[in-house]
Amino acid sequence: MERLEIREAIIDILESINPDEEYDDLKDDVSFRQQLSMDSMDMLDIVLELRKRFKIQIPESDYPKLDSMNSTLDYLAPLLADK
Amino acid sequence: MTDRTDEYTGANDRADAAAIQEHYDVIVIGSGLAGMTSANLLARSGHKVLLLERHYKLGGLATWFHRNGQTHIFDVSLHGFPVGMIKSCRRYWNAEVANKIVQLGCIKFDNPQFTLSTTFDRADFTRLLIEKFHLPPETVSQFFDTARNMTHYGDEKMTTRELFDRFFPNRPDVVRLIMEPITYANGSTLEDPALTYGIVFSNFMSKGCYTFQGGTDLFVKMLREEMLKNGVTILTNAPVEKILVENGRAAGVKIAETGLDIPVPELGGRRANVCALAGKTIHAKAVVSNANLLGTIFQLTGQEHFCADFIDSAKAVRLNNSSTQVYMALAEGETLDEEVCGDLLFTSVAPEFKTDLLLSKNITSRTFSFYYPKTRPQIAEARYYAVASANARYEDWADLPAEEYQAAKKDLIETTLDTFEKYQPGIRRKLAFVEAATPRTFRAYTDHWAGASFGTKYEGLAVSRALPNALPGLFHTGSVGIIMSGWLGAVNYGVIVANDVDAFLL
Repeated sequence: MERLEIREAIIDILESINPDEEYDDLKDDVSFRQQLSMDSMDMLDIVLELRKRFKIQIPESDYPKLDSMNSTLDYLAPLLADK
Repeated sequence: MTDRTDEYTGANDRADAAAIQEHYDVIVIGSGLAGMTSANLLARSGHKVLLLERHYKLGGLATWFHRNGQTHIFDVSLHGFPVGMIKSCRRYWNAEVANKIVQLGCIKFDNPQFTLSTTFDRADFTRLLIEKFHLPPETVSQFFDTARNMTHYGDEKMTTRELFDRFFPNRPDVVRLIMEPITYANGSTLEDPALTYGIVFSNFMSKGCYTFQGGTDLFVKMLREEMLKNGVTILTNAPVEKILVENGRAAGVKIAETGLDIPVPELGGRRANVCALAGKTIHAKAVVSNANLLGTIFQLTGQEHFCADFIDSAKAVRLNNSSTQVYMALAEGETLDEEVCGDLLFTSVAPEFKTDLLLSKNITSRTFSFYYPKTRPQIAEARYYAVASANARYEDWADLPAEEYQAAKKDLIETTLDTFEKYQPGIRRKLAFVEAATPRTFRAYTDHWAGASFGTKYEGLAVSRALPNALPGLFHTGSVGIIMSGWLGAVNYGVIVANDVDAFLL
């Protein structure tokens, strides 16, 4: 998957989790938590959804890497390279 | 009128028994809120899930019961949903469940230090702490922010008492206001880690106190329907005797030969039927236990299946306390004064908030939950009910001889009514029915060790989380570690563990 495709998928997941939020102005270099009203359960839902869609395992110790859009893409891109 | 027999014998669920297969992806032992949430999510993710419940009703301590036929209906612990339940129920159950969660308008406190009413949100607590308790606004706001920023990864050493000493030194009245509801909600004390307080306080005492409109029976019924819709196979009256361990992995369960010997008052005292699968073994790739953590390790599995280090850490887990409750039904036509009672009333005659006083058999602090006809708008002739809860030690009740036990129960009822009289004079004459539950009742109903009604102390969370490493394929969910206790803790921990199981099954 290309970076842009992954980004679209992440936005899609975020929208399914928090439909009330606005994602058009999301800053890719700023922490999700600073821009969106996200809590630890939201993070868990993202991990669950990524596993469901792409069959990838994200261990709990890697959750901090899903901090911003950029860090998430950096982390996921190699994992999804051949998907 | 519907046929209640089905509901109480699990006949509907047992109809599935013939269709029970020999292999499942996941077997969930126990249908507490955490167990049901795990079962629901795993089924929703496409796994084949079997949910086994030893009792004739689903729900665990999320429960209700009828008395005098169907005349009275009591909710055991319905009032006190944190606001987060709306979001969690919408996401992990469905919108219909979430939409029935409504705010309780009036929470009252009455004790020798203060008497007040609150809407139970940050703005109102801030107002009270500044105007009534004369605290500086910056102290109050710093306290709320500090509590909100506490996480599971924070300092485990600081106790709640030390946190309070830092912000509110020599203010036992303030401590009581901000601690009493937390103790009611999860049994925690001033000696527990401050981070457990911070997390629960921020979830619970920030945006109001909620309940489920329609009653616990409707809540559990809606969860059951959602589980069936998602393909969970549900079997009640099915106590698990052993978790099967094969080749160093959890491999399924053996259902006990005999069912629970619990009389069903709704069936005129008859016993619930024994599960059609008594004595059978059923295999699964993963087992999720929603039984008590210690019961899961030492009783259902057996310590021989774990390494010594894990058993040592499990043995060090302290169980949380148990409870007593007194259930009171008003006679037909009698009412409670909502202005005076509110929805929840934290009442105490103890001069200060102290842990040992809270647990003493000589009860000084009680929390009254009042259920008005608005609790069940679907019932035309709904009555008024009150449930008085207090924390208690199992050991104070466990070994009482029959006569003393009955006398202690009677005393529990009478002292509760004495307290109630203070708020609703003449209440004794207005009541049609009174009954008491003790730590022994909680033990019998849930099979939790020592009748624990709030799971374990903080260290239980790490042991629960480590279980799948100690024995692959075996997971635990349910009240542990204080922060995973109560309505919201149970749902969210069910989600967390379902996520682990889903990853394991990939």
